[in-house]
Amino acid sequence: MNEFLQQLINGLSLGAVYALIALGYTMVYGVLRFINFAHGDVFMVGAFSGMYLSRWLKPLLAHWPEWLFAVVVLAGSMAFCGVLGIVIERLAYKPLRERPRLTVLITAIGVSLLLEYSGQLLFGAAPRGFPSLIESRSLSGLGELHATNIQAFVLTATALLLGGLHLIVMRTRMGLAMRALSLNPTAAMLMGVNTNVVISFTFGLGSALAAAGAIFYASLYQAIEPFMGVLPGMKAFVAAVLGGVGSLPGAMVGGLILGVVETLVVGYSKVLGIPPGYRDAVAFVILILILLFKPSGLFGKQQREKV
Amino acid sequence: MGSRNSLLLCVLVFAVVSALFTGHPEAAWPLAQIDDYLLNILIMAGINVILAVSLNIVSGHTGQFSLGHAGFMAVGAYGSAAVTQIGGKPILNALSFLGGAAPICMFVLSLLVGGLLAALAGFAVGLPSLRLKGDYLAIVTLGFGEIIRVVIQNTEAVGGARGLTGIPAFTTLGWTWGLAAFCIYCVSALIRSTYGRGFLAVRDDEIAAEAMGVNTTKYKVTAFVVGSFFAGLAGALYAHLIGYITPEGFSFLKSVDVVVMVILGGMGSTLGVTVAAILLTALNELLRQAEQYRMVAFALLLIVLMIARPQGLLGGIDRWLQARRNRS
Repeated sequence: MNEFLQQLINGLSLGAVYALIALGYTMVYGVLRFINFAHGDVFMVGAFSGMYLSRWLKPLLAHWPEWLFAVVVLAGSMAFCGVLGIVIERLAYKPLRERPRLTVLITAIGVSLLLEYSGQLLFGAAPRGFPSLIESRSLSGLGELHATNIQAFVLTATALLLGGLHLIVMRTRMGLAMRALSLNPTAAMLMGVNTNVVISFTFGLGSALAAAGAIFYASLYQAIEPFMGVLPGMKAFVAAVLGGVGSLPGAMVGGLILGVVETLVVGYSKVLGIPPGYRDAVAFVILILILLFKPSGLFGKQQREKV
Repeated sequence: MGSRNSLLLCVLVFAVVSALFTGHPEAAWPLAQIDDYLLNILIMAGINVILAVSLNIVSGHTGQFSLGHAGFMAVGAYGSAAVTQIGGKPILNALSFLGGAAPICMFVLSLLVGGLLAALAGFAVGLPSLRLKGDYLAIVTLGFGEIIRVVIQNTEAVGGARGLTGIPAFTTLGWTWGLAAFCIYCVSALIRSTYGRGFLAVRDDEIAAEAMGVNTTKYKVTAFVVGSFFAGLAGALYAHLIGYITPEGFSFLKSVDVVVMVILGGMGSTLGVTVAAILLTALNELLRQAEQYRMVAFALLLIVLMIARPQGLLGGIDRWLQARRNRS
């Protein structure tokens, strides 16, 4: 039982990261109806900007409490990626607004490759160590369970971010406009919603969340490299599909489920008879199963195709 | 149609000439001895032509965007290598009654096994993916490609992550370009057949096609199976050229390489895609010094191309040739 709980703790902190990335996919899909392939690479940029920010700020803010320092780095890299997301949308996707979806998809793959290989050019291909923003300590009082303060920080910060996102989407005019746009773009435009601003805002918000996920991911695993975004990005996409693309609670739940399932499959690989090497295939098997049996996902609405 | 025929003729003549002159050291008339480096590039160009033309059936003609082509190539490469490397001795013994032709027969057998296994994989992927369109299909094919890679990586019988070494070097220029010509012929003939009209109908408007009684499922699966078969052949040729294959060599990035060829050549244009495959192979070699800038440039090219010229650099070239012929 203890082992199961232990796996659950590890799975949830990984799942929190997937959930944060998945939200970006889902929000962008909501307003533009396309899968932003480059989202996983924005995640990578988030990790690297976090690394550089913490290096620059460390001497300046040496006497600050470490959690506050971590929050500053987090906010800084979220802001950077938010701007990056907006710039990518303006330069690469906006000229293609009315084009076939395939064209946009290929462009997104191009943006993804551009970020990856520019990253390789700038940062080198070898994995780099991520500076620990918070000194890793084991939390006491959990009996035989082992959890670190980093995991606690990740889960708390994720909960706060998700709460903030909920407020933005449900309680602000911008959130209202986002929801209107995802319901019916033309009608929203006729009602006076400035679609360009809303789309930019959505990209910024999604990219900022991906950056937060990247800081958490890098804090948990401590190594970053230019291609680190590919697999988490694809898995987060699976999480978004699992929850129902376009649904915010779906992306959160899907991310958590995926993180837990993946960790459990690896943790119980002997019992299940699945070698731990198959870890990366788990997400894709889930994806194929969900698309076969419930393509709309757990929380998604069934969409009819109109001719 | 004319341009396709002349393309086929060019490739065939090239294949025959190269088979006669440079195929291998004991070729019939080894008049033109070219150095190994150039030979390898020419063979790689042929393999890339097969890959690009076969992906073009799926993505260009049928409109099903696939990101898993490297996975099918991997199945072909490993399947054929299993015949010649792992099962080499017993198979050679069984074929000993053929005398000197036994190794070549084994190679043909391995090509067939590689191609058919890849076609089987294509069938397995195509069937469940049918319900999906556009970006979803892209992600699922990507997922399948990755699953194939992970499975190979964890199968110790074929070397696991270390890869498979000691595959005999059977691939020659003649074989490669002969098969490339065969591939181009099959695709052109297929597109002109009733089946081909079905492919185009599915691409142009799936719902309308279905309403007109076109069995879209059948055409999509057929496109996948045919495309995968040739990808498997290309993988088999590749394995017997390099002699050493690893699962990492068939990653998502390899699929992207092929996608870039198809997009650059223009989706749905066999001629354009063939030219693009040859050009990009040459470009890869020329830019080997600037390896790290190459992919950045490709990525930029992809983005700019999609914004400025979505039909590809060479897209529409067949129609232009056709129009010119009609005028004269």
